[in-house]
Amino acid sequence: MLLPATDVIYYTTIMNNSGASAINTVRIGNTSSEGGTRAFSIEVGGGNCLPFHHFEGTIPHRPVIAWEIPDVRPDDWCDTVKGPYLDFLGDPLRWARCVVDEKGARLICLDLRGARPDRENRSAAQSVELLRSILKSVPVPLIIRGPGPGERQNGVLTACAEAAQGERCLLASAVAEEYKTIVAAAAAYGHLVVAETPIDVNLCKQLNILISDLHFPADRVVIDPLTGGLGYGLEYTYSVMERIRLQALSGDGMMQMPFINFVGPEVWKVKEVKVPEQKEPQWGSRAERGVLWEISTAVALLHAGADLLVMRHPEAIAVVERTIDGLMKKG
Amino acid sequence: MKLTGLQIFKLLPNKNCKECGFQTCLAFAMKLVAKQVRLDACPYVSDEAKAVLGAASAPPIRLVGIGTGEREVKVGEELVLFRHEKAFFHKTAIAVQVDDRLSGDALGARVREAADFSVERAGERLCIDLIAVKELSGEPERFVAAVARVREMCPLPLILISRNPACMRAGLKAAGGTRPLLWGADRDNADELAALAKEAGAPLVAAPGGSIDDLAQFAAELAGRGVDDIILAPSPAGAADRLAAFTLLRRRALSRAAPGTGYPTILSVPGGGYEGAAAAVGGICKYASIVVLETPSPWHYLPLLTLRQGIYTDPQKPLQVNPGVYRIGEAKPESPLLVTTNFSLTYYMVSSEIEASEIPSWLLVVDAEGQSVLTAWAAGKFNPEVIAKAVVAQGLDTRVPHTRLIIPGYVAMMSGDLEDKLPGWNIMVGPQESADIPVYLKEVWTRLGT
Ligand code: B12
Ligand code: SF4
Repeated sequence: MLLPATDVIYYTTIMNNSGASAINTVRIGNTSSEGGTRAFSIEVGGGNCLPFHHFEGTIPHRPVIAWEIPDVRPDDWCDTVKGPYLDFLGDPLRWARCVVDEKGARLICLDLRGARPDRENRSAAQSVELLRSILKSVPVPLIIRGPGPGERQNGVLTACAEAAQGERCLLASAVAEEYKTIVAAAAAYGHLVVAETPIDVNLCKQLNILISDLHFPADRVVIDPLTGGLGYGLEYTYSVMERIRLQALSGDGMMQMPFINFVGPEVWKVKEVKVPEQKEPQWGSRAERGVLWEISTAVALLHAGADLLVMRHPEAIAVVERTIDGLMKKG
Repeated sequence: MKLTGLQIFKLLPNKNCKECGFQTCLAFAMKLVAKQVRLDACPYVSDEAKAVLGAASAPPIRLVGIGTGEREVKVGEELVLFRHEKAFFHKTAIAVQVDDRLSGDALGARVREAADFSVERAGERLCIDLIAVKELSGEPERFVAAVARVREMCPLPLILISRNPACMRAGLKAAGGTRPLLWGADRDNADELAALAKEAGAPLVAAPGGSIDDLAQFAAELAGRGVDDIILAPSPAGAADRLAAFTLLRRRALSRAAPGTGYPTILSVPGGGYEGAAAAVGGICKYASIVVLETPSPWHYLPLLTLRQGIYTDPQKPLQVNPGVYRIGEAKPESPLLVTTNFSLTYYMVSSEIEASEIPSWLLVVDAEGQSVLTAWAAGKFNPEVIAKAVVAQGLDTRVPHTRLIIPGYVAMMSGDLEDKLPGWNIMVGPQESADIPVYLKEVWTRLGT
């Protein structure tokens, strides 16, 4: 059977890609010479071929893992993933310092979930105060994740954007219903934005167009295609990423942003990582099964094109880093 | 060389006898182009036409069977590079490896664990497919003993791994007539292994080492010797190389451009632990027809089989269950009534938790076109109108006179509306995650009753 016509175009374009159609290179974090205070900046994207296809293209930057740091005690995390962080569960500053100093994190994702009205209902000022102290004592680039769509999101993210002016943080997330405020804040204070759409090629492109209509540069946008965890919609995310990436590589400029996947939050809520061995003896060790659940989700997404992965468990992160090492090693 | 509908039509008998199930030969030809029927549905095709059409319509990747009977494993016959183009069809077969130097007990335990693993997920039984027995001893007797032991213990088809023709001959004999996969033929043993495979009608792995061009050439040579069922074993140097080899083989097979590439593939994952599992994930995503886990732990099985299940579902058509009212346990009119959607995954997660609660219940499954709770809510397919309509259509006010309906926690926001739409009903908001249903039913429902 021959390939469907559209895909013939994809393949021929991709295989003869002379470098014209590449994913945008996005730089996160500004060093002092760039007007920020980060010790280094991180670049992702830039490849002109499918993930890890070194045999037919160039991939200048490896995918990067961001360590998720919740701003408040994550009492809802299951103990397998709380375990490694027991010493500083309610202390995001020490938490961030530890993963950077001791575990080698090069990127962290500060999750401002505590600002949600149905949670601790922390004020924008409290979020800013935390952000300031992290910026002061943790030198790595930052993803700042707001409390989620709604009015609170805009208030918190705008305040954080201002407080982190010039640091080139990645703000998460702009959504179709309400993207202007966040994009404006990112533009005004020199940051990047995540454009989030629910697992849909057209919605993804549409939001990217809307954002670019605001004259926000495309190389400061990262796509969140929305992540389903393993066994909970992962394959939908996987396929939508492949479709977006193929379209990007065949020349669609409104799809050429790198991907981010919030893996940790999707993985660590599912039943399979929580159920104890006594209840399901066949499933094997619960702790290891949970870590592997996060690894499997992340590695599958890497094969679909993930450029940034937000993850939780240190061991899962270490294994996925090594997997990336292997996939980045040219033959 | 793809034929158009008209070209195919010219090769058909033009009798318009309808025995193929279509009105005309032309209609049948169109279905052939679309691959919706098989050529043998027409009893009158000439041999010449068969030859022409057969070559053009044979799948680009051969379907290869391993084993016999109910547990036979079939791999190959894939049509696309990306699952969104159509679907992946023959699930990556998962094999667990033992070797003939293991003590009888260790071997037995490993086989037991693999063969007994069986979990139901989204209406499907997830199991290990194959046991691979590797010869490391160099002694035919030990290999025979290991193969015999495995056969005695479980009905799974086998992969026999040895480069040594004497051992392979002995192992094959011990496998009886079960058509194991023989792994494998290389440049040194090709004559003997090809002969063994032909004699036993068993599939053979081509594993000459070297580049994928060497591999394809070698496979074509095996085919030239009359071996029909071949599996390709690339020998990648690392993860990037593995991805390249499997991707290029799949591409070349689909384009039919390279002889010797139109076969399923096999990947052996050395090492256990997390790293081994991560490599297996890569294999499942990117084109391994069979993944052999050399030293798996039991906690590998569920995530890998779950991933495989997802990647191999039809992306155009989510798995669905029939809408309706399901009776779980010995539910009576006073038992709890819960509502969910007809997405298989959702239904099975919810129903299995209700079962686990041991509180007999009714589960109303509404037609949400196979979507999850929140997806269907966002798409307007699981909203107060739809649910109210289903409740009325099923006559639930008389079947469960308590008129209490438990809705998923994720759609708590619809409870007010739903109460308006269902006068006389009491809408209760259940937990968000199905895992919390047993506790909820025990605490909330049981308390209500007293
Ligand atoms: C996979 C997915 C899809 C797939 C669909 C898969 C399918 N067959 O349903 C696709 C890509 C098609 C899709 C499409 C859309 N999606 Co969608 N999708 C997801 C995703 C990633 C996972 C959903 C899933 O499979 N969950 C697993 C199942 C098992 O969960 P579940 O059904 O909720 O069941 C659980 C619980 O609810 C509970 N439960 C279930 N029943 C019951 C009953 C009772 C009584 C109780 C107590 C509990 C209970 O048990 C289960 C396990 O805990 C989620 C985001 C996420 N990460 O969760 C978004 C999500 C559901 N999608 C969303 C949206 C907006 C859409 C679209 C509308 C986007 C669009 N505009 O096109 C479309 C709608 C489809 C259409 N237009 O027809 C939103 C919904 C937002 C909202 N809150 O309303 C979500 C939450 C993403 C987001 N954050 O924006 N989606
Ligand atoms: S069975 Fe064959 S001959 Fe008869 S209508 Fe169908 S294609 Fe034509």
